[in-house]
Amino acid sequence: MAIKHMQHRSGGASRDRSTTGRLTKGLGWFSIGLGLAEVVAPGAVAALIGVPNDTKQRTLLRIYGLRELGAGVGILIQPRPAGWLWARVAGDAVDLWSLASAMGSRRNGRARLSMAIVSVAGVTAADVYCAQELSGGLPGMQPGPARLVRTIIVDRPAEEAYRFWHDFQNLPKFMTYLDSVRYTADRRTHWVANGPGGARIEWDAEIVLDDPNRMIAWRSVEGSTFEHSGSVRFERAPGDRGTLVRVEMDYSATRTAAALGKILQMDIGQRIAHDLRNFKQMLEIGEVTQSDASIHTGMHPARPDAVEQEPVYQH
Amino acid sequence: MRANCWIGKNQVNVETVPDPQILNHHDAIIRITSTAICGSDLHLYGGFVPTVESGDILGHEFMGEVVETGRDVQKVKKGDRVVTAFPIACGVCFPCRSKMFACCENSNPNAGIAEAMLGHPIAGVFGYSHMLGGFAGGQAEYARVPFADVGTIKIPEEMPDEKVLFLSDIFPTGYMGAEMCDIEPGDTIAVWGAGPVGLFAMKSAYLLGAERVIAIDRLRYRLDMAVQRAGAIPINYEETSVLETLKEMTGGRGPDKCIDAVGMEADGHGLLYAYDRAKQALMMETDRPIALREAIMACRNGGTVSVIGVYAGFIDKFPMGSLMNRSLTIKTGQCHVQRYMKPLLDRISNGEIDPSMVITHTMPLEDAPQGYAMFKAKEDNCEKVVLKPL
Repeated sequence: MAIKHMQHRSGGASRDRSTTGRLTKGLGWFSIGLGLAEVVAPGAVAALIGVPNDTKQRTLLRIYGLRELGAGVGILIQPRPAGWLWARVAGDAVDLWSLASAMGSRRNGRARLSMAIVSVAGVTAADVYCAQELSGGLPGMQPGPARLVRTIIVDRPAEEAYRFWHDFQNLPKFMTYLDSVRYTADRRTHWVANGPGGARIEWDAEIVLDDPNRMIAWRSVEGSTFEHSGSVRFERAPGDRGTLVRVEMDYSATRTAAALGKILQMDIGQRIAHDLRNFKQMLEIGEVTQSDASIHTGMHPARPDAVEQEPVYQH
Repeated sequence: MRANCWIGKNQVNVETVPDPQILNHHDAIIRITSTAICGSDLHLYGGFVPTVESGDILGHEFMGEVVETGRDVQKVKKGDRVVTAFPIACGVCFPCRSKMFACCENSNPNAGIAEAMLGHPIAGVFGYSHMLGGFAGGQAEYARVPFADVGTIKIPEEMPDEKVLFLSDIFPTGYMGAEMCDIEPGDTIAVWGAGPVGLFAMKSAYLLGAERVIAIDRLRYRLDMAVQRAGAIPINYEETSVLETLKEMTGGRGPDKCIDAVGMEADGHGLLYAYDRAKQALMMETDRPIALREAIMACRNGGTVSVIGVYAGFIDKFPMGSLMNRSLTIKTGQCHVQRYMKPLLDRISNGEIDPSMVITHTMPLEDAPQGYAMFKAKEDNCEKVVLKPL
């Protein structure tokens, strides 16, 4: 069954406040600046990098300048400008090759050329890093750290909601991709999640805050495969219509994006919303509602299956 | 068991599939004795509803005998004869407690998909796409009924299936359509669509105190049924101008209340219809709101437009100016069937209405494909098809 990925609202690279995002934005502006300089004052640029200030060089620099401007605009406008960054890398290769060739001629200022080569090499490294970071990940997963908030109202008092969540044995009942959550020390837990095709992730987390009937906060242990921190709050819903459960999560998932994607089966924000609905059902009706299709992972027609099912089947 | 499955656009097939099982503790399994084809099944049949998979069992109007119950079922017992409501509702969440069962927050395992398409999730429904839960439908020999205590009503021995089957959907839907009009004595009610839901809306409007009920359709045989079975005054929109005729009948004011019992696959003629069809073909408009537009334009100032025809997506050229400037009210919704089953069973019991009046064809479940084709083409004066599993 097709599940639409909800793209989180994002503007150009200028909106992404992660390290990668800031670096990408910097490269975009750098491109614009350099491009303008090459187009408007090619003579000065030629002198700066140690090549002769003649017509041929100036024309070449103007062409490179236009290329830089194009790349700069592309990077600043697009939300995930991986393609433009790879274009920058290609441009850098051309630049390095040009500069290296120029080193061969005695007419040129070798010291300045060397400086130019080193600078371009540095910029190339930054371009390659950003291009790679932005080329990974899943739709809906920001390349760098990202924050999610999802909420639901449960028709139960905060104490009951807190108590159910706090007993980590209950978590696999509504986070159905979890195989187990075990305490390994006083405030430390070990989590195992799996999905179809043998996909499996394990990580350790520690509870950083436990405010009874109000809030639980946790964070993955240093070096975990799934780096994240999260919290769940239990607040009075307006009109005394139960408890407003609010989950916030910060995560950085590039390294485990593929495995996590297979396990969660949907983008992480949708999965948290789905888990909260399951949590609400556990508290309000005592089980998670299933259909003949939903008990299976992946597509299955809306009809019974031959396999004997345990009531309240969980995959 | 044998079950009628959606295969593709305009194609259904009766196949042998495994019997249903208890999946949740609140479930019951029903052995089906009668089931029907609904006008909204035709939206699935024609490929208008997204998220339908090949192999899905269709059908949401069914009744029969309870053969198995889950651990937490308390009111319903093995051997009970019951009719099932088409929306699946837990009965305890905030909307269910407000009697808005079709808005249940706990009965749709695919709530995320419904949310993406509609803005918020709604209740699961039997046999009506994966967006509404991926539940197997009831055009089959057996069905699994979640929340059996909430979604079924027990039927006395002496009442035949044909009299009570439509408590599952179309009778409460038509009734809710009339009820949403807040009918006052002396009211003139105009109903677009003389299909089974329209007929129940017309009959219910009289039961709720309307003085005059007008039926609007293009098919002679359906208008005849509206006259004979529901006591309505007919208007054939292919023979006369609906808006002018309604004005004549009401001294220029228009009907007090208007009911749209047509929905997204409205037929029409003229420029606006051609426009809607073209936009649909170009996928720029998902629904054709011809009946709805007319109902709004026709309605008297300060009146109510009650919409029970099914819509799926977006419409174009909506007469918002007419609505706003003339103080109209629109009321709409998928029917909260659980709310109506008991009071309407009572009305059937004391002879106020015989719902079997809409049935024109009865056939074995095996003939479901022919039933669908005939119902869609409106052949042989087809109004309502009942299927009998053998």
